[in-house]
Amino acid sequence: MGEMITILLAAIFTHNIALTYLLGWCPIISLSRSLKTSFGMGICVMIVMTLTAVVNWPIYYLILVPAKAEFFSYVVFTITIAATVQLLEMFLEKFFPSLQTLFGVFLPLIAANSIVLVIALFMVLRNYSYAKTIFFAFGSAAGWTLAIVTVSAIRAKLVLISDVPNGLKGGGITLVTAGVMALAFLGFAGMLGIQ
Amino acid sequence: MSLVPLIVMVAILVAISVILSVARRLLVDYGECRITINGQKTYTVRGGETLLSYFIANKIFIPSACGGKSTCGFCKTRVLTDVGDLLPTEAVFISPEEKSDGIRLACQVKVKNDIEVRFPEYLLATREYHTRVEAVQALTHDIKHLRLRLESSDAVAFKPGQYIQFKIPGTEEFRAYSIASGPSLASALELVVRLVPGGLCSTYIHEILKEGDRVTITGPYGDFFLREDSTKEMVCIAGGCGMAPIRSILSRLQENGMPRKATYFFGARSKEDLFYTEELKDLARRYPNFRYVPALSEPKPTDQWEGEVGLITQVVERCVGDGSNAEAYLCGPQPMIDASLRVLTGKGMRKEDILYDKF
Repeated sequence: MGEMITILLAAIFTHNIALTYLLGWCPIISLSRSLKTSFGMGICVMIVMTLTAVVNWPIYYLILVPAKAEFFSYVVFTITIAATVQLLEMFLEKFFPSLQTLFGVFLPLIAANSIVLVIALFMVLRNYSYAKTIFFAFGSAAGWTLAIVTVSAIRAKLVLISDVPNGLKGGGITLVTAGVMALAFLGFAGMLGIQ
Repeated sequence: MSLVPLIVMVAILVAISVILSVARRLLVDYGECRITINGQKTYTVRGGETLLSYFIANKIFIPSACGGKSTCGFCKTRVLTDVGDLLPTEAVFISPEEKSDGIRLACQVKVKNDIEVRFPEYLLATREYHTRVEAVQALTHDIKHLRLRLESSDAVAFKPGQYIQFKIPGTEEFRAYSIASGPSLASALELVVRLVPGGLCSTYIHEILKEGDRVTITGPYGDFFLREDSTKEMVCIAGGCGMAPIRSILSRLQENGMPRKATYFFGARSKEDLFYTEELKDLARRYPNFRYVPALSEPKPTDQWEGEVGLITQVVERCVGDGSNAEAYLCGPQPMIDASLRVLTGKGMRKEDILYDKF
């Protein structure tokens, strides 16, 4: 269990998927204008990433590996992700319409995002067990949520207190903010390590 | 090479497709829903799709340019039934006043229950027309004149000043173009299309479209049209492709023998941007009631221009007298409309007598 917690915390802090691996930046830049939207997107990412990891691991290890069809894994992962997102959308629409209204617009965006695919790829590269994969997926999603919510909060503050030069407004200052944040997150390095 | 991986891959794809189809049938089946329009017409549909898709399926062509992607904001519809909160995709297009009035984007509202909507009565009369390109001619270096002949024997019943939507072949997208011809020519329509760099439809029209091609249009749309019951003096102001609806209005006036005094101010950058000049000058020669005032904002030395110079609004400021008993028709880009509104209200023209179409 200790190892699982280490993977979870490492995925959030020392190996943050956005700040260490620079993945999933498109939504961070475009959606971090509003704290509420960032949080909504973060929650969606957590649900989708955990769910797709739950589905992708058995497909890879129980079907693709025995059939020696690992080289199809990119295609299969991508399709599984898209299908899972669609299923989730239908499920929300049927049973939680208010949640669907709230999160519905983010779901298709997530289906096309690199962070969801990369979890499946890391799971294979690092030879994670099923339980480890789920902890890693949830931790990475939580880490990504932490990144987008923090960037969003900083942007909200920046609007109030700073006079950003015209050329840097929007995406520019967001990337600078993220760079500084990534440096700050380097401070966690060494506390936890995962392979 | 073993075929097993390939078979496994195909099996996975088939399984996923089956799961999705079953889930769709079980989870998102809303049964039969009724859509009531303006309290008059009711359509019974199988729920689960967007309001716009049912409108299109039932041949109700409300304005919509982007093919339901929520990027144009044209398909505004007043929804009287509670269909949940405004989606973030709609919020950018709907003002707080519109929101409190129940306005929604038809492409974003999913029909899950019986639903009641309202939109302007004339939209119920809009139709789809199949046409054939009769002529494509260059008017200037970046503006083309297009003449579309209806394939069926019927006519488009439009008011001069209104627009149609041009369906871009191979897509579900439309672009709006004002009709440049008069209503008496209803079995053929003329359009004026400026080449927008990177623009999907204008590039298609300028680069690919040729005589004889088939084109689908819908319409007519728009509340910018000639008020035929008015007898007030008219001031028309246009720039670029804003020429189209004004030309249609002038055609109508000409058909009626130019019963009202009218002055048409047309702004262009240099002489090469002027078009239909001879036609309009000829109209002015034949009808003393009508005056055509082209103005160049940046005439080139080679233009040898002796007419009005300056922004079109500066020319209007100089040439128009008391506007308190006049009516204005404006068509052009937003800054031109805004500046014209300032100038004309400054001349004493009432706001309700200034009609405009922005693009």
